[in-house]
Parts: sequence; C-alpha cells; structure tokens
Amino acid sequence: MSQRETDVSKLLARLAIVISAFIAWAVPTTAFAQETGDPVTGQPTDGAIGFQPSVTTIMDSTAAFHNGLLMPIITVITIFVTALLIWVMVRYNSKANPTPARFTHNTLIEIVWTVVPILILIVIAIPSFGVLTDQMTTPDGERKYLGSSIFSRENGEQVPAAEITVTATGYQWYWGYEYNDLDGASFDSIMLSDEEIAATKPGQPRLLAVDNELVVPVNTTVRVLVTAADVIHAFAVPAFGVKTDAVPGRINETWFNARKEGLYYGQCSELCGKDHAFMPLAVRVVSKEEYAAWAEKLKAEDDVEAANMTLASLN
Amino acid sequence: MATATADHDAHANPTGWKRYVYSTNHKDIGTMYLIFAIVAGIIGGALSGFMRWELAEPGIQIFPGLASMVYGHEWQSAAAIDAGKHMYNVFTTAHGLIMVFFVVMPALIGGYSNWFVPLMIGAPDMAFPRMNNISFWLLPPAFILLLMSMFFEGPPGGMGTGGGWTVYPPLSTTGQPGPAMDFAILSLHIAGASSILGAINFITTIFNMRAPGMTLHKMPLFPWAILVTAFLLLLSLPVLAGAITMLLTDRNFGTTFFTPDGGGDPILFQHLFWFFGHPEVYIMILPGFGVVSHIVATFSKKPVFGYLAMVYAMVAIGFVGFIVWAHHMYTTGISLDTQRYFVFATMVIAVPTGVKIFSWIATMWGGSLSFRPPMQWAIGFIFLFTVGGVTGVVLANAGADRSLHDTYYVVAHFHYVLSLGAVFSIFAAWYYWYPKMFGHMYSETLATVHFWVMFVGVNLIFFPQHFLGLNGMPRRYIDYPEAFAWWNQVSSWGYAVTLVAVLVFLYTIVDAIMKKRPAGDNPWGEGATTLEWTLPSPPPFHQFETLPKIK
Repeated sequence: MSQRETDVSKLLARLAIVISAFIAWAVPTTAFAQETGDPVTGQPTDGAIGFQPSVTTIMDSTAAFHNGLLMPIITVITIFVTALLIWVMVRYNSKANPTPARFTHNTLIEIVWTVVPILILIVIAIPSFGVLTDQMTTPDGERKYLGSSIFSRENGEQVPAAEITVTATGYQWYWGYEYNDLDGASFDSIMLSDEEIAATKPGQPRLLAVDNELVVPVNTTVRVLVTAADVIHAFAVPAFGVKTDAVPGRINETWFNARKEGLYYGQCSELCGKDHAFMPLAVRVVSKEEYAAWAEKLKAEDDVEAANMTLASLN
Repeated sequence: MATATADHDAHANPTGWKRYVYSTNHKDIGTMYLIFAIVAGIIGGALSGFMRWELAEPGIQIFPGLASMVYGHEWQSAAAIDAGKHMYNVFTTAHGLIMVFFVVMPALIGGYSNWFVPLMIGAPDMAFPRMNNISFWLLPPAFILLLMSMFFEGPPGGMGTGGGWTVYPPLSTTGQPGPAMDFAILSLHIAGASSILGAINFITTIFNMRAPGMTLHKMPLFPWAILVTAFLLLLSLPVLAGAITMLLTDRNFGTTFFTPDGGGDPILFQHLFWFFGHPEVYIMILPGFGVVSHIVATFSKKPVFGYLAMVYAMVAIGFVGFIVWAHHMYTTGISLDTQRYFVFATMVIAVPTGVKIFSWIATMWGGSLSFRPPMQWAIGFIFLFTVGGVTGVVLANAGADRSLHDTYYVVAHFHYVLSLGAVFSIFAAWYYWYPKMFGHMYSETLATVHFWVMFVGVNLIFFPQHFLGLNGMPRRYIDYPEAFAWWNQVSSWGYAVTLVAVLVFLYTIVDAIMKKRPAGDNPWGEGATTLEWTLPSPPPFHQFETLPKIK
C-alpha cells in the first residue's frame, strides 16, 4: 500500500512539473489576433482565430478573461488529457504490458481529481463574477471597472456615467434607433445591397454596411435600451463586448463606452426569420464635437440624412 | 443455462412482417430502432450537407435553386431567393430536431438500451413488452409528421418551419403562421410520448427485473446510465410537452402564454424549453458514458476504475443537469443574480464529468490495451468529449458567453459533445455489440478506416467553427461577410471528408452482411465480462428462461 502511495505521489510530482511547463508555454503563446500590426477594428478578419479587437473596457475584460485565463486553462487541460491518453496507449498496450493489473480503486488519486478541478473552477470563478458584474452594471461615474486587470478592481478604470440613451428596436428585418435625449428623434437602419454599397459607401463590407448607422460620440457612455416589435432579435457588437436580446414586451438595458472613433459592425444574434443574416448593426463612433453638431441637426429637423451630412466621414 | 428450450416453440412467434410490426421482443424492437436511427441519420446528415455546401463560400448559392426545384418557384426569381433563405432555416431546424429526437435518442435509448439493458441485467425481456412496441411505432409517424411539415406553408412565401429546433416564440407563433409549425409541434408531442413510455419501461425493468443477486451496486454501468437517463426523460419531457402545447394554443386558440400583448412573456417559453432542453443534452450523452465505460474496461482487460464514483458521477450529472437551464439564456435579460447562480451551478457539472474522464483513463492505466475498432471509437470519444467539455466550461461563464452566445463557438461546442461525443459513442457501441446482435463479424480494417476518416472529417468541420465564433460569426446564417470565408471553407471540406466516412460505414455493413464471418459468443476475450457475452451470438429469441445467479 505504502509502495503504491509513493508511486502515486511521484507521479503527481511529475505531473505538476509537466503542467507548470505547459502553463509557461501556453500563456505567452495564446496570443489572440490583437498583437499583430494594426488590425482592422469593428469587423471580422479573414482567417482570424480570436476575438475582434476591443474598444471598450467591457470587451477588454472579456478578452483578458478568455485569452488570458480560460483559453490557457482549457488548452492545458486538453493537452494534459491527450498526453495521458497517449501515455496509456504507449505504455499499457497489450505488447508492452501483456498482463493487466487488477486494481480498481485509489482513494488518494480520486480525491485529487475531484479537488483539483474544484480549485481550478474557483480560480476561474473569481474573475468570472467580476467580468459579469461589470457587464451588467451601467456606470454611475464612481464605480471602477476591471478592464484588462481581471483579478484586481484596484487597478481598474472609472467609466463616466451614461450621458446618452438610445432605444434600439429590432424589426423583421432591420433596426430602428430612437434618441431618447433628442426629443425622441428616430430613424431606421437598413442593410445596403451590393449595388447600394458601390454607389453610396464604396469599400464597406458586404452584409455589414447599412444606410444609417447608429451615431455616438467617442469616450462617452451610451445606454442602450433594447426591445423588439415582432419576434426576438439580438443587439450585438463584438468589438464592444455587447450582446443583448431584443424581446417583444421587454426592455433590456445594456451600455458601452467606445474609446476609438470608427465604424463598428455587429449582426443580429437571435434567429428571427428568413432575413436573419441580413439585418446588421453598425455603430459610427465620432468625435464629441461632430456628435454635438449631428445631434443638433437631428433634433431640429428629425431628418437623419440631413444630420449625416454634417459628418466629415460621410462627405 | 441461457438457451431457448424446446417446449418454448409452443407459443408460436409471429414471422414475416408480423414479427416486426407486432413485435414485443426487446431485441427485434432494438434492431428496428437502430435501423430507424440509421435512416434518420442519413436524412439529417444530408440536410447538414446542403447547409455546409451553401456555406462553403460567401453569397447565396444553393438554396434558391433548391427552393425552385422543390417548391416550384421561378428559377432565380426574388420569390425563389426568399424561399431559399427560409428553406435554409427549415434545414437547420429539421437537422437539429432529427438528430436529437430521431437519431441520437432512438439509437442509444431505443436501440442499444432495448437490446442490452435486459441482457446485462439478466432479464428475459423488458417489463412491458407491448408498451415497448408502441414506443417504437410512435416514432415513424412522428418522423413522418416532421418531414411532412417541410412541405406545408410556414411564413408567407416559405414552406416548412424555420424557427430553429428551440422553436422560440414569437417566431414560432406569429412568425410562422402556416400549418408547418403545427405539424412539427405534433411531431414533438408524439416523439415525446414515445420517449416517456420508453423511460417508464426502462425504470420498471431495471428496478424489478435484475437477476437474483444483482444489487443496484453490482449492476453494470450501461444499465445505470440508462436508469439515470430514463429519470431525466420522465421528468423533463412533460415540461416540453406542456410548453409546446402552450405554443399550439397560442397559435390556434387565441391564448397568450407567450404574447406580451395579452400579458404573456416569450421568455417564459425559453425557461420551460431549457428546463427540458438542458437535461436533454445529458439524455443524449449519459448512455454514451455507459457504453464507453464497458468498452474501455473490455479492451483494457481490467475492471472499470472507481465503479461507485462512476455511478454517482452520472447521478450527480443527472441531478445538477436539472438546475442549470438558464445558462442558455444569459443574454435574454435575466438579472445579474440569476446569471451568477447559473454560472456557479453550471461550473459544478465539470467536476463529476472530470471524474468520469479521469476514471476512464485510470481504467486503461495498468491494463493490457488492444486497439480493436470499438476501443478506437471509445478513445476518440474521450478525446473529443474533453474538447467539447472544456469549451463548455468557457461558455458556462456568462462573462465570456456574452461574446460567444449564438455564435459558431456554441455550434462547435455542442457538436463536439454531441455530434462527435454522442455519435462516436453510438459508433463505438455499434462496433462493440454488432457481432453480438447479428452473430457475424464486420471487417475490422474497414471499421478502422471508418474511424480515422470520420475523426479527421468531423474535426475539420467543427474545430474551425470555434475560430468563426470567437471572431463573431452568428449561427443560423445563410450568408456571411467575406471575412468569415476561409474557416467556413475549411469546415465545408471537412463535411466532404465526413461524407466519405459515412459511405465507408455503410459499406462496412454491406460487407459484413455479405461475408457473414462467424463471430462466436465472445469475440472480445476475457475483458468482456458482462452477461450478454455469456449468451450465443445472436442471442436466442428469448434468453434467461432460467435466471442467471450473480455472486
């Protein structure tokens, strides 16, 4: 019995070395998309294997949580299980080991493989709850958000309180946006056909470009009230780390604060009928000055095309 | 001890077509279930073939033409394009429903469990043989209703129901006004009734018909897996039946369970659906756990490691499986505290699942392994289920799921645990029990080729889908921006490889039937210790007329 116990502890010691070696290797090598060059933001990249680059505190923490913690852990676990499988296949195949052992129990190892996964799950759970709480808490200006430092809120970032409220309504098959602070000025956002892209917005991606984007200012917290008029849709912008279902009869709240100007695309993320793939979301993040001029025009004339004429990027 | 006695021929067994249509014999019914599952699997797999063909490159290529051919729209017209877009959704819906209700469940629960639960517990047959007959014969009408639904009107301008296998309202109520959805709902009702009757039968059989001396703690792991599965079926399917009945009355009789205008709530349906739907995924995988345990022990020539832990891990998975349903609903607007609870509960499931994975490896550890076809599939299962399991841990975290929900990452995850996990366990069981069921052996070379081609093919299909999901590609899309083209193309090539594997599988069956290599009572040697290997291959029409005694 004691002989077996020492064998097991030797084995565990060896496994610990192997695991730590894997962690040392896996953490720096699980670099996901962001690090190379100056990537295209706000839309997918061909051949990419990771998230779209983040432009919000929320997506920072989601990416740090996934790329920095979950991905290394599941990679190590998968490699560990695969290595064990290969080891038993090599060491205990019928040629190498013609006489099978008969043991069916080992209390120590059974406790180990119950307790160690629990410990790993606790390590995952701590930042997990933090990231989740951040996503679900609309900023009040005081609260600190995790950002990339998912294990410590001390190093987190303050996010300003929400200044703008937009109601996004899903329809079959387009989005409607209403600016609650601009006397309810509203407009629809409809996907452009290939011909329309060529005519009005050359170079914009097929299936993502729309006629009127949701225009918001940079570095400003935007509260989005999400609902739907017919069936369930979902408001999703990957670069912002935002995804909220648009449910008829309900109003779901989400928020974002984009730090970089540009165009950010998302796609409806709940099956909604034949044109589910053809009702993208597009968010145009502009400077605060540009937004002020745009908002004033929209409020005064309730005409989004006139307002869009004030935007430098659209002239 | 276990052969049919001469006087038994006295009560004439029906022959010809009556033997099957009127069958009360668990082995004949099991065989019918297996044939049914293979036929449904080919249909369900063909549907996904059209989906992967469509998605092989950006743009809409296949479905408008398909809609023109099937429904008679004018070629290349706007109506054909709209019908094609809807038809794609009909295919994803039908693929999901067929694979869940008409392939995996009939194969594992109806097929192998009917065959081997009585044999492994030393019983002459199931407890309620006539109920067993109706359990099977409810399935073909259910399947036919589902197939018929594809040819009835759904939404304006489209045929069939395109609401997804989750049939969320209002898309499945006001969104699909035509009768197609009603056909699909009735199909689910009938398939559900079939499964509930089957579950009652298995629970009664396992509790009351074990051979003398076989206490529950001596019962093999496969019947244990089926016992847990049967309880999950019995407790979850009535909830689904209730939910889809409410859909039916919302659609046809003016109720408003899920309609906000009348005080209802679409989210209520999602809670009801996933209260069934989450146990359902364990219903599909637990029998596979049982199968893999036996195969690993047999081909390691070593008893299962940690038998009691394996049993109670399955019981724990079954129990916890009932209290994690809303992890499918993190983005629906459920409160922060609700999400926190479901994150916690969901992660708990990883612990008993890990116990099972490690116990299988420990069963092999110190054994004398031979890599005959069932063992290849079982080891393949362990690897693929691990990959699917760890991505499940990722998705359990609502914080990470926010970015991954409803993307191809989820599609990859559940296909790794089901299409690769459960389906690999089905093939493992097929190659393990084929000689017992039919009395002859297949070509082990062909079975090995089948394994390797399928292993490469399915990984090519589904591994790149993780990347698509991380990069933001939503699921259930007929078309995608050019930036998702590369990995979609790889995935579609993977389908082509898998198609070859399926042809090899079918050829393996034809080859086995043609050559009829004698199998012997126990082709696997000393490692195969459960009761079915004490019987001739194939077993007599009625076995264990003298009950075996378990020491």
